[in-house]
Formats: sequence, C-alpha cells, structure tokens
Amino acid sequence: MSDRLQTDRHGRLRHFLTIEGLGREQLIQILDTAESFAALPGRRVKKVPLLRGRIVTNLFFENSTRTRTTFELAAKLLSADVVNFNVATSATAKGETLLDTLRTLQAMHTDMFVVRHASSGAAHFIARHVAPGVSVVNAGDGWHAHPTQAMLDMFTIRRHKGDFTPLRVAIVGDIRHSRVARSQIMALNTLGVTEVRVIGPATLMPAEVRSLGVHQFHDLDAGLEDVDVVIMLRLQKERMDSALLPSEHEYFQLYGLTEERLARTRPDAIVMHPGPINRGVEIASEVADGPRSVILQQVSHGIAVRMAVMSLVLGSAGESGS
Amino acid sequence: MSGRLFMQEAAILEIIQGMAQVTRRLLDERGRDDPALVGIHTGGVWVARHLATALGVGTPLGELDISFYRDDFTRIGMHPQVRPSNIPFDVEDRHIVLVDDVIQSGRTIRAAMNEIFDFGRPASILLVTLVERHGRELPIQPDVVGLQPTLEAHEHLRLSGPEPLALHIEPAPGGRRR
Repeated sequence: MSDRLQTDRHGRLRHFLTIEGLGREQLIQILDTAESFAALPGRRVKKVPLLRGRIVTNLFFENSTRTRTTFELAAKLLSADVVNFNVATSATAKGETLLDTLRTLQAMHTDMFVVRHASSGAAHFIARHVAPGVSVVNAGDGWHAHPTQAMLDMFTIRRHKGDFTPLRVAIVGDIRHSRVARSQIMALNTLGVTEVRVIGPATLMPAEVRSLGVHQFHDLDAGLEDVDVVIMLRLQKERMDSALLPSEHEYFQLYGLTEERLARTRPDAIVMHPGPINRGVEIASEVADGPRSVILQQVSHGIAVRMAVMSLVLGSAGESGS
Repeated sequence: MSGRLFMQEAAILEIIQGMAQVTRRLLDERGRDDPALVGIHTGGVWVARHLATALGVGTPLGELDISFYRDDFTRIGMHPQVRPSNIPFDVEDRHIVLVDDVIQSGRTIRAAMNEIFDFGRPASILLVTLVERHGRELPIQPDVVGLQPTLEAHEHLRLSGPEPLALHIEPAPGGRRR
C-alpha cells in the first residue's frame, strides 16, 4: 500500500494509516510526544487546548467500543469536538456509497476522520479522497493494519524495558487474521528489537510469514523460551466455525498462556494483550490478572498515544500548502 | 550554529545573583512566603535552577514544556521535541516564581500561565526573566529582569547550557517566539 500518502515532503505525518514506510525517528517522536500526554492525568485539569476548535469524526464501519472510546477520549482531552458516526444506523445502510458518506461528513467541516473498516485499504481509500487539510487516522482496516494499537504496545514496552534493541518479543495466536500483529511486527522491527517470534498453529500463520522478518514457532513452550515480552492475540471465535481450529478447549491446551508456561520466559517478562481478552481460551485468568500482566496499562497508554498521533497529524495538516 | 558569543557563564551567574536579590525583595515587600519556582523549557529551567539556589528555595523545581499551549500550533504544528511538564508541588494557593530565559513577544509566558492554571489556582505569579527584549505583542511584563541588551531587530539571543551557560547572538530567527 502507498506509504507516501501519509507523510508530507518534510517527512511529517499527514495521515496515520500504517507503520509501513515510517522510520525509527518518526516512531520515536510519536512515543516521546505520548510520554508528555501520559503525564496529564496527574493534573487538576486533564486536558490541553491543542485541538480546540477542530472537529474529529469517528467513522466506524465495524463495531469497536473500546477503540472508539479511547479515540473519542483522546480527541476530547485535546479539546477537539467529536462526532461519532455510527454507520450501522446511518445512510450507508440505506445504500449511500462510501464516497457520498465522506462528502457529507466533510461538508460538516470535519478536520480528521478516525476510520475503522472491515476491508483492508479502507483508510487509504478515504485518505486519497478527503479534501486537502483533512486528515485520516486508521483505527483498523481488515487484516491489514492497526497502527495506533501497535504504537500503544510499543509505548508500553518502552515504559517497562527502556531500550528496544536487546528485546525478544513473542506474538502468540492468530497471526494470519491479525492487523494488530502485522502492525506490531513492523513497529518492532523498525525499532530494532533483537528478535520477533510469531507463535501459533500453521493454519493461523499468514502465507507471507517468511517475508515479515520474524521467526516462526508452532510450539508455544519452545517459542516462549527467554522472551522479554509476550503479546497474546485475541482468538476470534468465528475462526472456530471456519474449521481453522479444533475447539476452544484444545486451543487453550496448545496455545493458552498459563503460569507454568510463562515460567519459560525471562523472569521480568511482561504479558500484553490488545483486549478484549478471552479468559481460558488464549490466556488463563491467573496470568491476565497476575503481576506480569500490563493489559490495563495498555488501555491507559492507548489514550496518550492516540493523543500524540492526532496532534502530530493535525499539526502538520495546517501547513500542508507551505 | 551557536552564533556570536554575547556573554559567558561567570557573568550570567553574577546577573542571576542580582536577580535573586530583587526577587527576594519583591517577595518580602508583597508578603509572599514560601515561594515555589517554575522554569520554562529549556533555558528557563536552567536559569530557575540557579535562581532557586540563590534564593534558598527548597521546594523542588517545576518544569513546563508549553508545546500543548502554544498559540501557533495551527501554523507550525507540534514542536519536534516535547518533554513532559512536571510540577512536583501543589500549585493551589502557592506563590509561584515563573522563570524564563528570554521574554520578547510575551506569547510563551501567556501559554505558561495557562498551563500553570491547569495544575491549580496559584496565590500569585511573579515573572522573572534573564533577558528582556523589545517586541511585546501581549500586555505581559516581567517583574524582575537580568539584562536588557541592545540588539538589532533581526538578531536573536539564545541561552545555551546547562553547563556552562552562555548567551549567543544568532542572526536568523532561531527557535520559538517568546
């Protein structure tokens, strides 16, 4: 997919569509900016006036209460006004095309669209068709990318581990259908970790796994050996129906993260999960609620990282002509 | 890059000593006990550290990065390097001494005061700057000033540091407008 679309000629973010094509310095700038936003909850007034007078439209063609809520909160903490466009109950359900929906919302003076869509490439498509000065942030498109999720995960890893370079990171589960995993792998490799491992059954590995710059494991115990970070992916139950997997119970026996298995990692390894978690399917409750779990921190960090992305993107949009 | 040297550390520290005396006198005259210092990134923090020592202020220094409060965000976007603001004391009802290296337009101070109020409602704010320049665009004046140099309008004075502190004259607009 086009990565020139999302940066201007000075290399600044115009849109935030994918990790692909972004350099280490650009990712570090997002993390550093997020660090400043993460300090805000300690104050009497938790918001800043940066995007006062701007309008952010959450354009969600696929349900996601959590992601939409954190984007909404991030925009509000930047003092932007937020419109939630619920597509299931909107004109698209009455046959309006995507472009007509987009033009209608642009006529409402939206400065930024936050887009979630079941089709890969939807956010890119919208970014190509918005008016100059209007920005698009990808909140997840098909199996392709979920770049703000990947960045909040990088933020969480950096907070716990500091330096990326010595780290071994394991991503466990349904890699094939996971836009989160794809974005994480790109971000981790761009930030220069020692090793990215993907662990899961062969039926849930992407065809292009060899070109992703990862080591592939089908055995969880072997894959967890000496890792610093374990990222569990949510098992989507609809995959069970498509005969890619046997049963939840059997999946947990083979790929569920338990305390016993966690003992194979480094003693200071952290456990992450993009949520919502399936207890007893991909992760045991004792691990999800245990001392090494940083799952709830990921949620808080998601707000700071989305604030960073939105302000960087809208900050460069104003100067696009000069 | 660093421009023409204008003043070296020894002279700057001497000026800060003088600023501390005037600050102390103003605080005493106005009956402001137990002041706390807040420096504006980056130069203001360096000046505030020396000023805190000279004033004998024990309260840990507050540090502000005003990037999220600037009035030119829509024109020039996010500052490439933002640091977290941190005020490690309760601002509510506290007498604040706000410190920056250079005041010119007054816009940085406007932003800094807005940010301070998002931490709490201070009892008062006293403004101290190492350098005062012409070109105010807002009705904001420092209470204590170290020096008022005569410079060409296009020349900029930049504080480098933290060790050693030095003031340099730069020909081109180099950095944020103050």
